[in-house]
Amino acid sequence: MIYIELFLTFFLIGMFTIGGGYSMLPLIQNEVVSVHAWIDETTFTDIVAISQMTPGPIGINSATYVGYEVLSKSGASELMSVLGSFTATFAVVLPSFIIVLLLCKVYETWKNHPIFKGVMAGLKPAVIGLIGTAALTLATPENFIDWKSFVICIVAFIALYFKKVGPFAIIGLGAIVGLLVY
Amino acid sequence: MVSLWQIFLIFAKIGAFTIGGGIPMIAAIKSELVSRKWLNEEDFVDIITLAQTAPGLFAVNISILTGHRLRGTKGSVVATIASCLPPFLIILLVAIFFTNFKDNEYVIKAFKGIRPVVVALIGVPVIDMIKATKMRWWSWVVVISSMSLVCFLKVSPIYILICVIVTAVFISWYKNKEHHDIH
Repeated sequence: MIYIELFLTFFLIGMFTIGGGYSMLPLIQNEVVSVHAWIDETTFTDIVAISQMTPGPIGINSATYVGYEVLSKSGASELMSVLGSFTATFAVVLPSFIIVLLLCKVYETWKNHPIFKGVMAGLKPAVIGLIGTAALTLATPENFIDWKSFVICIVAFIALYFKKVGPFAIIGLGAIVGLLVY
Repeated sequence: MVSLWQIFLIFAKIGAFTIGGGIPMIAAIKSELVSRKWLNEEDFVDIITLAQTAPGLFAVNISILTGHRLRGTKGSVVATIASCLPPFLIILLVAIFFTNFKDNEYVIKAFKGIRPVVVALIGVPVIDMIKATKMRWWSWVVVISSMSLVCFLKVSPIYILICVIVTAVFISWYKNKEHHDIH
């Protein structure tokens, strides 16, 4: 039963993902391309590219897409394929949902305990460092293709930080600027 | 109190506009929740810290934690479904109808403009978090060393988080004990 296999595979992927969507991609690749051979390498690369370009967390996008492709490649109907993408998406979210919900209870019970406070105080700067790293790792030649990219980035930063332009508006403006200048 | 429907709408909006992973979502959540005073700055930094430390997708974790803070378990369920729904539907549309989506000339151009914006979207919350956290000398040591370890030595963030947790438990346990010994 392909749905059960899909569920178990993505449940495990969701459980062992630490550090966000980009660390999930190699896990998905290993499971769906190498272990199960549900889709080939080229299709997977396309799926990753589309997941990065469409809105939404990259882990959700790629799970949804892989779930659809697995079923549709095996000749299933549209509806069955949609069910496949639902299965993969649900399974990938479920483990962290359970873990984080427990964490919420722990946080609410213990947040004033000195040791828990100490751990949070230590984690905060580490997380600030990790998020800063995410910004640095995105500063690649693919994202910054020419001087115009740098201007867009700096203007967006100033607009967000000083002018308090909303993040939704700034993404829309980025798209318009891209259409106009490239 | 925030209604479940309001939570749904906010997180659906956030899910629909998140591009380039969960971290750019920080700015979106802040503008929706902190500016409406539904979350204070300090709670918000706590939520981001827990979301990044727990396993799973950052964007999903942040929905679970924020939903729980606002309306308990029900809030978590609603926020998670809401933030996953728009990406789910968009991907289905692409998978069924627009398989050539990524080769479309206009899409490519728009993304050349969006990508540098996403970098700025990550940069701003870093500064906001620094301002909302009581930074001491050792906080800066942790920031700089975790950045350099991941950037230059390609150390997995998991090990950094584990080291920080273990060290922090020991230090706070020791301080706590000392405090009790004096009294």
